[in-house]
Amino acid sequence: MTQGHSPKQKFLRLFHKEEREFYSFTSPWVIGFFLFVLGPMVASILISFTHWDIITPPKWVGLENYEEMLRKDPLFWKSLRVTLVFTFVLVPLQLILSLLVAVLLNQKVRGLSWFRTIFYLPTVLPIVASSMLWLWILNPSGLLNFLIRLLGISAQDWLTSEALALPSIILMSLWGSFGISMIIFLAGLQGVPSALYESAELDGAGAVRKFFTITLPMISPVIFFNFVMGVIGTFQVFTQGYLLTDGRPNNSTLFYVLYLYRNAFEFLQMGYASAMAWVLFIIIMGATLLILRTSSLWVYYEVQR
Amino acid sequence: MKGPGDSYRLPLDSLARSTGTGRISKSARRKIYRATIYLVLLLSSITMLLPFAWMVSTSMMNETEMFRVPPVWIPKPPRLENYVETWQALPFTAFFRNTIVLTVGRLLPLLFSCSVVAFGFARLKARRKNLLFLLMLSTMMLPYQVTMIPLYILFAKIGWVNTYLPLIVPSFFGVPFYIFMLRQFFMTIPIEYDESARIDGASTFQIFYKIILPLSKPALVAMSIFIFMWSWNDFFTPLIYLHDTAKFPLALGLQMFRSFGEYSTRWDYIMAGSVLMAIPPLVVFFFGQRFFVQGVTVTGLKG
Repeated sequence: MTQGHSPKQKFLRLFHKEEREFYSFTSPWVIGFFLFVLGPMVASILISFTHWDIITPPKWVGLENYEEMLRKDPLFWKSLRVTLVFTFVLVPLQLILSLLVAVLLNQKVRGLSWFRTIFYLPTVLPIVASSMLWLWILNPSGLLNFLIRLLGISAQDWLTSEALALPSIILMSLWGSFGISMIIFLAGLQGVPSALYESAELDGAGAVRKFFTITLPMISPVIFFNFVMGVIGTFQVFTQGYLLTDGRPNNSTLFYVLYLYRNAFEFLQMGYASAMAWVLFIIIMGATLLILRTSSLWVYYEVQR
Repeated sequence: MKGPGDSYRLPLDSLARSTGTGRISKSARRKIYRATIYLVLLLSSITMLLPFAWMVSTSMMNETEMFRVPPVWIPKPPRLENYVETWQALPFTAFFRNTIVLTVGRLLPLLFSCSVVAFGFARLKARRKNLLFLLMLSTMMLPYQVTMIPLYILFAKIGWVNTYLPLIVPSFFGVPFYIFMLRQFFMTIPIEYDESARIDGASTFQIFYKIILPLSKPALVAMSIFIFMWSWNDFFTPLIYLHDTAKFPLALGLQMFRSFGEYSTRWDYIMAGSVLMAIPPLVVFFFGQRFFVQGVTVTGLKG
């Protein structure tokens, strides 16, 4: 059995059967990784150092794209600011509201599954359909203006005024996506052992105190997850800005990825757009690492297993 | 095991306590407290549903009803013809066919590629497996904008732009998120099943195909629903790659109303089109809700 020392048998022993099988089972992803991830990543770095409109050959320009972006392009900064406002307003709003609703639903309410479905429903609506719907609701003669006039407020130009366009998109996005974090919160809340509340009650803790000393710490890993996913997702927002306002008015809804898309597919500046993509990647990585680093201060992990 | 709600009350409890005049009995306080919860939930449910109701109402209005103040909630008579007219105003038959072709064309290869890879990661031993798995997880962090431009250039150079190939072919190579999801599920199946099948002479592929896959139906259903929703809604990839109206899926087709001068104010048609596009995902959601909710929370809580 072990008499063979030919190179082939050595190779076979190195890669024993199960290992070979592992690599053949995972080969779709491994090949895909080289083809659709690693290869394009390397290409993307190289392209970001060029001026390239695809039609004529690329021209190597070194760091010029990055320099122009950071020093000379006011639209880059504008789009970054728009996106940061979107993230910093939408994510906390979404976390607070979805946690609140999840806590309410966790009070053994009747019709729980109905409520859950209703709150989740907007996330099932295709984003193009919901964008069309909100275009109509936010229309000057639309439903929202009628509703606020009932409250005695005058009609507003929701999508065409510089002050309101971004808040309008935030409102629509909140409606359209908070169901996901709500459902995840609800599952997290249902996993908090009731014994903790019982012993706290024996010690005379009130409802507010229990919420802050038991519920919040126990579900802090879930808050953390929703927070990270929210930040990553909102940094990449595109469709709402493209369909509702197309970046208008006066670029007040020019989201980062919308501007990147325009550079790539409307202005055919592939080099510049690639450089923007890498800056976006660095920003997202930086934000994620920052949240991770600070998480030990506020995320409570039970010692498990 | 008792649910957490049993012994736990919201801060609202103390609110109810403070709003009461004088002393109120414990049961009265409890009633106020429950009523407040239901009131808040009911009001917020209405807020969530109002846009849906408005979409459906508008889709059946005539041209003057749409702009009437106060708004008409129940059009008289409801114009179901709007749906027929919408279907004819733009080539909806093609839009639907294209969307279905794209969705199925991505779903089937993804089901195969993701489950095969997930099986490898969950069931087979190899050196460097963990390294490879970590690598896969870390690619989930990479924003697609980074690879989008080189891939577009590649597909443009080989003449794939304005075909379905750039949208479908990558599905044959798996998606890390779904691989991860399935791998988590496969891990919960006892390894003894594999071992005894192996003793009975089953090959690894047979174990995968005849034991693991049939036991993983719930996970596969959840994943199929996810993929269906994603593909049905996908707007960005078709926007980049498809130029012919005849090849548009619904996501691209529907937004054409916006740019067509003659239809840009026909909100009745636009809403009817939106309802049409929304029906399949809503149906899938209602029938697959159990799997769907499970999938969302499992990936969320373990992520």
